[in-house]
Amino acid sequence: MSEASSHAVAAVERGSGLLDLYGQMVRIRAFEDEMQRLFLRGEVHGTVHLYTGQEACSVGVCSALRAGDRVAATYRGHGAALAMGTEPRALAAELMGRSTGVCGGRAGSMNVIDLEHGLIGCFGIVGGSIAAATGAGLSLQRTGGVAVAFFGDGAANHGYFHECLNFAQVRRLPVLFVCENNLYGEFTPMAAVTAGGDIRARAAAYDMPAEKVDGNDVEQVRAVAERAAAHARRGDGPAFLECLTYRHLGHSKTDPGAYRPEGELDEWLARDPLTVAAAKLAEAGVPDDEVAACAAAVRAEVEAGVAAAVADPYPDPAATATEYAG
Amino acid sequence: MTADLRTAVRDALAAELRRDERVVLFGEDIAAAGGVFKATPGLVEEFGPERVFDTPISELALAGAAFGSAVTGLRPVVEIMFGDFMALAMDSLVNQSAKYWYMSGEQAPVPLVIRCAVGGGGRFGAIHSQTPATWLQSIAGLKIVAPAFPDDARGLIEAAVRDPNPVVVLEHKRLYPVMGEIGSEPVAIGSARVVRPGSDVTIVSVMRGVHDALAAAETLADAGVDAEVIDLRSLRPLDHATVIESVLKTSRLLAVEEGPELGGWASGLVGAVAERALGDLDDVWTLTTPPTPIPYSPALEDAYLPDAGAIARSVLARLAVADPA
Repeated sequence: MSEASSHAVAAVERGSGLLDLYGQMVRIRAFEDEMQRLFLRGEVHGTVHLYTGQEACSVGVCSALRAGDRVAATYRGHGAALAMGTEPRALAAELMGRSTGVCGGRAGSMNVIDLEHGLIGCFGIVGGSIAAATGAGLSLQRTGGVAVAFFGDGAANHGYFHECLNFAQVRRLPVLFVCENNLYGEFTPMAAVTAGGDIRARAAAYDMPAEKVDGNDVEQVRAVAERAAAHARRGDGPAFLECLTYRHLGHSKTDPGAYRPEGELDEWLARDPLTVAAAKLAEAGVPDDEVAACAAAVRAEVEAGVAAAVADPYPDPAATATEYAG
Repeated sequence: MTADLRTAVRDALAAELRRDERVVLFGEDIAAAGGVFKATPGLVEEFGPERVFDTPISELALAGAAFGSAVTGLRPVVEIMFGDFMALAMDSLVNQSAKYWYMSGEQAPVPLVIRCAVGGGGRFGAIHSQTPATWLQSIAGLKIVAPAFPDDARGLIEAAVRDPNPVVVLEHKRLYPVMGEIGSEPVAIGSARVVRPGSDVTIVSVMRGVHDALAAAETLADAGVDAEVIDLRSLRPLDHATVIESVLKTSRLLAVEEGPELGGWASGLVGAVAERALGDLDDVWTLTTPPTPIPYSPALEDAYLPDAGAIARSVLARLAVADPA
């Protein structure tokens, strides 16, 4: 059994000031840029769901967590993994099916698990993260920890959403339900398939604190997540947080996102979470070259990690268990 | 001590709750009401509502909560009231729990137990009578135990709770009142047991089918046929070795399953035995149910289930064909 995670230690080392949060978002952006490149080169297999554009959600929420807290994320989970402290090299190696991958190459992009850093896992079926975090809430209720479920707007129409929000509330479990509403469930607009249109209101109906926040503003996300985490840690039960955001790319690698109305992407690109954070840093008087240096250093670190992963070996089938024991 | 299977289940759960603080028990009506089959009475009184609790009627959440709590330090034992309801719990059990240890690169085990009441004969109709064993039998990462006797229920529940990875415990509704001696020896998951030695034919089954096979063996003895009866006790992993050892002696194998032939464990077992011991076999066959949902009417349900009479008739007919001497 994995002991208390070390991710929060890493978060403290990185700091939780805006420049640090900005750097963590750049790390995710740089990583996804690299993965897009490697997918096109055939190094990343199957499919991949890039997190580009949603970085403020996971960075903001995870910055409010402590050692021993746990996170469950989705198949669009590279951002959550990096925000919890998964090493870019280990994550990249996993996506490329290498033996040095965080799961030894057995999991792949959609199913990354990194318990050492508090990541219960990324779940390949919509709503699965909600179930995992709810169960983790039963354990963390004993330790004072908090479990986080990241999920998309599509999961709000899944049975897990309703069953688990109710279950967590009647058991007063310390769970943060974080809906990253990026307006599309796969290729279908959220509004076309979501009765009532207001996911936050559904959570509120379960009598838990439920807030809606600009998911592209990392400081706002962090502030709301801190309130929600405090509520859960006090023993007052779960809380819900809807982050309004947007994925810059298609649902997965085969999707060019052609179903999006003209101009919609441009509006969201103008509100890119990196741009929003950089503007706030400038407003706060942080010199441009300091911001640029931070971004360059993070990008260099990611690129070095990915380059190392590219050179890593594939796992040996003969050395992989064929009889499932345990 | 002598007790019925229902009490054996309850006492085994109580002992595990007492032994290990990480064990928790939850499900629909298992706490205050003591379970709809009264397999868990008194546990909430002894262990408190933090460790033994009633849940909403939410099988997705139940299975998910079992998974999430198991990978973060608890050892949950969940009751899914009827085996048929396992269909609702399948995503978390199959996609999350069963695959986790392997897929994570062995980062963490998933020590959870799901108990459910299964089987026909209770006049519950098609949606409260099925045995979901074969839905689960092909899932790498799961274990399935299916006790026929109170002491095996005790031993297999102990083993299931202590196992590092997911175990499904099938409890046959018609066996809850069955009495037996309760011991304290460990029972290994995946170990079959010869419950009646014999030399002419091997009859293999689980749960209620074992009792039917034993009754059939008495009828067969009167007809001069000496049947060996094997209780598999676990359906995954499945103890082929004990069955093959028996077949080397009897050269004939009948597998009796309370379920249809296609995709059943019985046809899988006779296939596996044939693959490994074809030269030593004079005959292998299965006795299963018709390929329909389980009917409600007592007249229809009784005809549907393979009982002791059907087993005895099947063996007599088959032996006459296979061994006219």
